[in-house]
Amino acid sequence: MSERRIRVLLAKPGLDGHDQGAKIVVRGLIDAGFEVIYTGLRQTPIAVANAALEEGVDVIGLSSMAGSHLPFCRKLRPLLDERGLGDKVCLIGGNIPATDHAELRALGFTGIFPTSSKIAAIVDFIKEHAQ
Amino acid sequence: MSERKAASRRVVNESGIEIKTAYGAADVEASGGFSHIGEPGQYPFTRGIHAEMYRKRPWTMRQYAGFGNAADTNQRFKFLIANGQTGLNVAFDLPTQIGFDSDSPMAEGEVGRVGMAVDTLRDFEVAFDGIDLEQITVSLTVNGSAAILIAMYLVMAEKRGYDVAKLRGTAQNDILKEFIGRGTWIFPVEPSMKLVGDTIEYCAQHAPKYSPVSVCGYHIRESGANPAQEMAYAFCIAKAYADETLKRGLHIDEFAGRLSFNFNIFGNIFEQVAKFRAARGLWAKIMKEEYGAQDPGSMWMRMIAAGGGGGLTKEQPENNIVRGAYYALISALSGTQTMALCSYDEAYTIPTEHSARISLRTMQLLIEEMGLTETVDPLGGSWYVETLTNQMRDKMVETMADIDRRGGIVSLVAQGLAQAAVSAQAYQMQKRIESGDFPKVGVNCYREEEEEAKVEFHPYDEDDAKAQVAALDAIRAERDGRKVQAALDRVEADARAGANVMPALIEAVRTYASVGEITDRLVTVYGRYREPVVF
Repeated sequence: MSERRIRVLLAKPGLDGHDQGAKIVVRGLIDAGFEVIYTGLRQTPIAVANAALEEGVDVIGLSSMAGSHLPFCRKLRPLLDERGLGDKVCLIGGNIPATDHAELRALGFTGIFPTSSKIAAIVDFIKEHAQ
Repeated sequence: MSERKAASRRVVNESGIEIKTAYGAADVEASGGFSHIGEPGQYPFTRGIHAEMYRKRPWTMRQYAGFGNAADTNQRFKFLIANGQTGLNVAFDLPTQIGFDSDSPMAEGEVGRVGMAVDTLRDFEVAFDGIDLEQITVSLTVNGSAAILIAMYLVMAEKRGYDVAKLRGTAQNDILKEFIGRGTWIFPVEPSMKLVGDTIEYCAQHAPKYSPVSVCGYHIRESGANPAQEMAYAFCIAKAYADETLKRGLHIDEFAGRLSFNFNIFGNIFEQVAKFRAARGLWAKIMKEEYGAQDPGSMWMRMIAAGGGGGLTKEQPENNIVRGAYYALISALSGTQTMALCSYDEAYTIPTEHSARISLRTMQLLIEEMGLTETVDPLGGSWYVETLTNQMRDKMVETMADIDRRGGIVSLVAQGLAQAAVSAQAYQMQKRIESGDFPKVGVNCYREEEEEAKVEFHPYDEDDAKAQVAALDAIRAERDGRKVQAALDRVEADARAGANVMPALIEAVRTYASVGEITDRLVTVYGRYREPVVF
């Protein structure tokens, strides 16, 4: 019997419209056998938290290219905790400067995949952490 | 060392054209001959839209700039102008581009981040203070809220004493491509098209030197299209705007001369040059034969060719300076009217003064030292380039026919199908890069172990956002509230009546109504776009 497939929410936080990378990751994760729910653009922290709860996902991924990832993640973290989603695997990719990595990790975004990361690295991280 | 395959390997360019080891006259003949080429400055303008090109005037140098508030941006503008830049290309922050005021909850964390924050006419007054708007033409990179910002620019110029009937300048205002890539849409597709028509119609009648639309293949290429598709999508979109405007009873020659284009440069040098030459001839033919244009200006594919971010790499960022130099060379060899380059550090940050100046100097080197301005279309007559020009044109025609067969660009965008097609290609390209099949220096060959962030970061100050909100509060307190409300009521009423909203927008920005207040009224009538998610 096949086990339940890993479910991944991929969201574009804030107003950033650069979704080429996010859509590449969606396709890569689908090809790797995950179930992927892509939110589209302009997601607020509360919308991401609610979608994660409603969709019953194992993994929450954000793709941010326009620099507002830290304020977003600071708001998202307590919203996830309030919904009992504190143990979900959180990833973030995009234009994420190295100087922000420590705070992102502290906020629970343990998978950080800056621009030019390989799809396989994201797939491996999810397989390792979301079982 | 990158592994070079055998000399006999099959080479196919990104647009799907097989490249031969050598070309001769027979190849040109077999691909369609020299009949589409003509002379520089003459129909079909393949060799350039002007007979003298850069002898008369070098390309305009228009680096994209803007950040923080209007005063910060005004300083950067003056820095660029002092360094020899000849046009401005204004970057707005995302709330401005999407129609949110700086105090909107949706704007939190985004005010002034990727461009200048604009709430009211006051911001434009400050941003362009001390800049001669006849000497320096201004391009506004804005789409969703373009109609409002065009209104704001016209009012600002008029208050400064310029005659709007003679005012030059450009707005990007290409909403269809925002649905495919870049993403700063506000309203659904249909009213978005209507607004573009309103701006073209209004400018044709009141600001005939102003270019109200710059149709962008650029971002579609960034989103995954190949070079031939980049042009084909842009032309389908430009035709959709022309059709929208013709419905209002204008003649094509009343507005086509002010339509302009924004294209991307990265990849194979010869494919790029052939792309631009082919596209120039094709656009002229479309305008003349399909639209019955008679004015040569209506047939000109006027463009900004920009050295694209999609070609640059985060790895070994200094390599991007060299890439930028090649992109600028391509742009000059292609006969562009305006040039811009992504700066070498753009994978990391907003360009610093240092990196912006390098981009500017790159273009100035070509003008001053390399002889690029002396002769028109220097690659014309090359058997290779002429063959490729013919073949690229065939690819563009094929792609345009395919888009039309599938229901046309407006319908494909509304259904999310254009987006899906382009992003599927981006995924295939990503896989080719990851496998090493498509070489990228520093990424999949000649790699180095490197520390991140050797570049200087442009600082983002959250206090600037607070200051912007405080300034907006002050304007709201001092403006005539009754006039503002009356002007906003008229915007809503005109939108509801299906009238051209530009006159109402002009009056509204004049009262210092804000971008967000005006957008909200339009949303009341038009609604907001809901993104179809199609894979």
